[in-house]
Amino acid sequence: MASRRVSSLLSRSLISSSSLFSLRGKDPLLNRGARRYSNLAASLEDTITPPVKVEHTQLLINGKFVDSASGKTFPTLDPRTGEVIAQVAEGDVEDVNRAVVAARKAFDQGPWPRMTAYERSKILFRFADLIEKHNDEIAALETWDNGKPYEQSANIEVPMLARVFRYYAGWADKIHGMTVPGDGSHHVQTLHEPIGVAGQIIPWNFPLLMLSWKLGPALACGNTVVLKTAEQTPLSALLVGRLLHEAGLPEGVVNIVSGFGPTAGAAIASHMDIDKVAFTGSTDVGKIILELASKSNLKAVTLELGGKSPFIVCEDADVDQAVEMAHFALFFNQGQCCCAGSRTFVHERVYDEFVEKAKARAINRAVGDPFKSGIEQGPQVDSEQFEKILKYIRHGVDSGATLQAGGDRHGSKGYYIQPTVFSDVKDDMLIAKDEIFGPVQTILKFKNLDEVIARANNSRYGLAAGVFTQNLDTANRLMRALRVGSVWINCFDVFDATIPFGGYKMSGIGREKGIYSLNNYLQVKAVVTAIKNPAWL
Amino acid sequence: MAARRVSSLLPRSFSASSPFLSRSQGRNLNNGSRIVRRFGTSSAAEEVISPSVQVSYTKLLIDGNFVDAASGKTFPTLDPRTGEVIAHVAEGDAEDVNRAVKAARKAFDEGPWPKMTAYERSRVMLRFADLVEKHSEELAALESWDNGKTYEQALTAEIPMVARLFRYYAGWADKIHGLTVPADGNYHVQTLHEPIGVAGQIIPWNFPLLMFAWKVGPALACGNTIVLKTAEQTPLTAFYVGKLFLEAGLPPGVLNIVSGFGATAGASLASHMDVDKLAFTGSTDTGKVILGLAANSNLKPVTLELGGKSPFIVFEDADIDKAVELAHFALFFNQGQCCCAGSRTYVHEKVYDEFVEKAKARALKRVVGDPFKKGIEQGPQVDSKQFEKVMKYIRSGVESNATLECGGGQVGDRGYFIQPTVFSNVKDDMLIAQDEIFGPVQSILKFSDVDEVIKRANDTRYGLAAGVFTKSLDTANRVSRALKAGTVWVNCFDVFDAAIPFGGYKMSGNGREKGIYSLNNYLQVKAVVTPLNNPAWI
Repeated sequence: MASRRVSSLLSRSLISSSSLFSLRGKDPLLNRGARRYSNLAASLEDTITPPVKVEHTQLLINGKFVDSASGKTFPTLDPRTGEVIAQVAEGDVEDVNRAVVAARKAFDQGPWPRMTAYERSKILFRFADLIEKHNDEIAALETWDNGKPYEQSANIEVPMLARVFRYYAGWADKIHGMTVPGDGSHHVQTLHEPIGVAGQIIPWNFPLLMLSWKLGPALACGNTVVLKTAEQTPLSALLVGRLLHEAGLPEGVVNIVSGFGPTAGAAIASHMDIDKVAFTGSTDVGKIILELASKSNLKAVTLELGGKSPFIVCEDADVDQAVEMAHFALFFNQGQCCCAGSRTFVHERVYDEFVEKAKARAINRAVGDPFKSGIEQGPQVDSEQFEKILKYIRHGVDSGATLQAGGDRHGSKGYYIQPTVFSDVKDDMLIAKDEIFGPVQTILKFKNLDEVIARANNSRYGLAAGVFTQNLDTANRLMRALRVGSVWINCFDVFDATIPFGGYKMSGIGREKGIYSLNNYLQVKAVVTAIKNPAWL
Repeated sequence: MAARRVSSLLPRSFSASSPFLSRSQGRNLNNGSRIVRRFGTSSAAEEVISPSVQVSYTKLLIDGNFVDAASGKTFPTLDPRTGEVIAHVAEGDAEDVNRAVKAARKAFDEGPWPKMTAYERSRVMLRFADLVEKHSEELAALESWDNGKTYEQALTAEIPMVARLFRYYAGWADKIHGLTVPADGNYHVQTLHEPIGVAGQIIPWNFPLLMFAWKVGPALACGNTIVLKTAEQTPLTAFYVGKLFLEAGLPPGVLNIVSGFGATAGASLASHMDVDKLAFTGSTDTGKVILGLAANSNLKPVTLELGGKSPFIVFEDADIDKAVELAHFALFFNQGQCCCAGSRTYVHEKVYDEFVEKAKARALKRVVGDPFKKGIEQGPQVDSKQFEKVMKYIRSGVESNATLECGGGQVGDRGYFIQPTVFSNVKDDMLIAQDEIFGPVQSILKFSDVDEVIKRANDTRYGLAAGVFTKSLDTANRVSRALKAGTVWVNCFDVFDAAIPFGGYKMSGNGREKGIYSLNNYLQVKAVVTPLNNPAWI
């Protein structure tokens, strides 16, 4: 159940002006601090000490940090070195039970669902303020545990965390039921009620953003929560859990259990007193979660799962922009995005030019210690992911795809991988079908729209797609024909809080973010009253 | 997988004026007393009335044609009045489901259905509603024959409601709006609400055509194509309306109807890799199986409408006569075969004795007999399996020391008729207060105060519906919020307007049918984002 994926993000402020894109060679720091993957010599550089202390390693249950019932702990590792950052309490069934008891009590008896929506929103607003106050500390912890560049954490993800919570704080007092036209003398209304105790299982690729996508709507709607973090990245959630309580969240409303999928995760999914479960992770684990829900109490399930998203470059596209965006769509966050543009379809007329430029861009990518300024790519999250990606790279080579760049580990310690580009990829190759979840771009050639629509849709996944064209008819046609939950046209990874995100087909069930996400945390109750002598119907 | 339940219905026109309640109050006994047998009278040798309808369609409807099952097999569908065979019906299995899915897939992927304008789709559905009205007598007769429900109920309540629902959904077809969305920067953001694709739908036997309408209506309005499996007890009417849909101009392959059994046809639909969505109405146990099959196949989203053990709460300030009548209706309607039946009648201690006396008297007056006879309130249970199950629960009630106020046995000596049965002094831990009986067995429980009854009402794995009877606004408002149930009827019950969402909390299901909420079940949300150059506003 190890949650192994998520949804990437990149706010538009980035694309226009800031850090990530400017990293591309313009920033003088880059050439000083970063090591390019082709630069073999740099492997003995010192690892930068993160400017943060690990303060919280216990489970957060009923407003208190506590050891696990078993007393067991597990190590969370620094992906730059594989060394231990901290020992973290290992939650299991017993701890989940305790967390559910706390959440149940907070929902059934506690003040949370009985507060006014305005009071709930104020707590969420205060929490967003605290996130901003602790921005650098949170970002450092996120980078240390996950391996993502510190600049990405500090400039994009943590600010986005505050933004997402302010978005949901604003929803709290705008959840309206309806009054409904009856066919006769009845007054009909619908109440949109909180579901109750929500179980939430989040992945390691964007630990805090995934926390915000899950907690934000659950809390805005008045639910209480038992949240399980990924075993690779337990630290930042515990810190923000403390901040939530500092902001005035009543005890028991959010409980955070660190631990593993088959134990703590399975206990949440099959718990009889949890009313709802939301999971982000792999499709295979998503199937297990849904089955556990079906075998226990039929709790409602939201799933955000895997993807193999097409990125389609039509012949009339701005090729330089498309190359840059296709690079970003795949390599962002070390390629660890569920919606990564991992099938780059390029029209035959611009294919050779595109491949040449994509290769050059990948070779130019700055790989190194994520705490260094100017670094674009850090290590993969752990050895399991690292090995899996190298296996797929070998597959690509063995199946006859052309290795244009990369293809190996970067340096000699930690889990760094060279930005890798394959061209001449065919649809039936494993690297064109499976979710690799790493810095491996696969470029495929196409001839016409009918063909690329059929090929793009020929996947069990349906999470996202990129479309690059200047032609309005092409854009409109592809936008409707692609069976995916997000279509980015001449852009990619735009993740505003208002934009719903989720999958068609085996990429998941339900939508997160936006107005749609509220449904996941509300029950609809119809109330019908007989009325006498009504003035109108 | 035999779909064994559903959602009852009764249009409000009913409760106000119509035959059901007025007859039951004993005013309309002209016809009733003459032809009808009360459950106490023995008239076993009466002739069974011949339904005024021919069975014209018994084959699977696939890709616009009525066809035999691939295996050539058939199964008998029985008359619940006698247990005799009405007709032999094609028995669909995995191979037939595959063919139906292929037809639906083609109709969706290549059209024309989702490529028609919404207005054109709405007109097909409106024409269909007209045809349902035109054929309402045949449809009602077929429904009554196959299911055992009273012909008057089928004719005056259910079939008109089928037409009403399709007009409701026809009106939605051209009102499915996506949103344009405020962005945080220079982007144009919109959401498209698209059809999901091929919907698998599995419906129960208790309201065959209404459940058909609840499922098919939103799926078609949203532009999906369908493979629908009917219950093996009641396969006949769906074929008939399937034919009417073709007459109304529905393109071939858009609606495919497979009769058959749950463990074969139903399971293959739930686990099919080319079905994009599944909706099921039936028992909670089967719902769990369905969801497991979806999880183990292609993660199709699943809507479930499952079992219930709905409380009907009578407060001390309620109008007792009205509460007795509606509590009776809430339980006994449709032979007690309603998923939202008010099957735990909680009565305040101050009015308990009076209530029990009157509830008993009302049940004793209930008119049981051939559902084709005029004035009949209660026909037979749907089949021998249900009959035996209900009788088992009645024995369980007696053995657990509930007081049998009336009923408790079979009516007559053939078919599946059961006496309207009332238990008082029922305790929460008795099986008859916990399990869904799905038959004409009312359980009356006593309570002392609001806190207590809220707790007891919620102490169940189910959460489908509830009835609340009170004159106090504070009590009504408090109890409406506190009950964990998808529908709360205050001083009424079984109001099933098309616009009112219906569905369960807890193990009574996932999702809502009817109303605006039902559209979500058949739509995918696609976000489309485009950069803006030099926008006039953001």
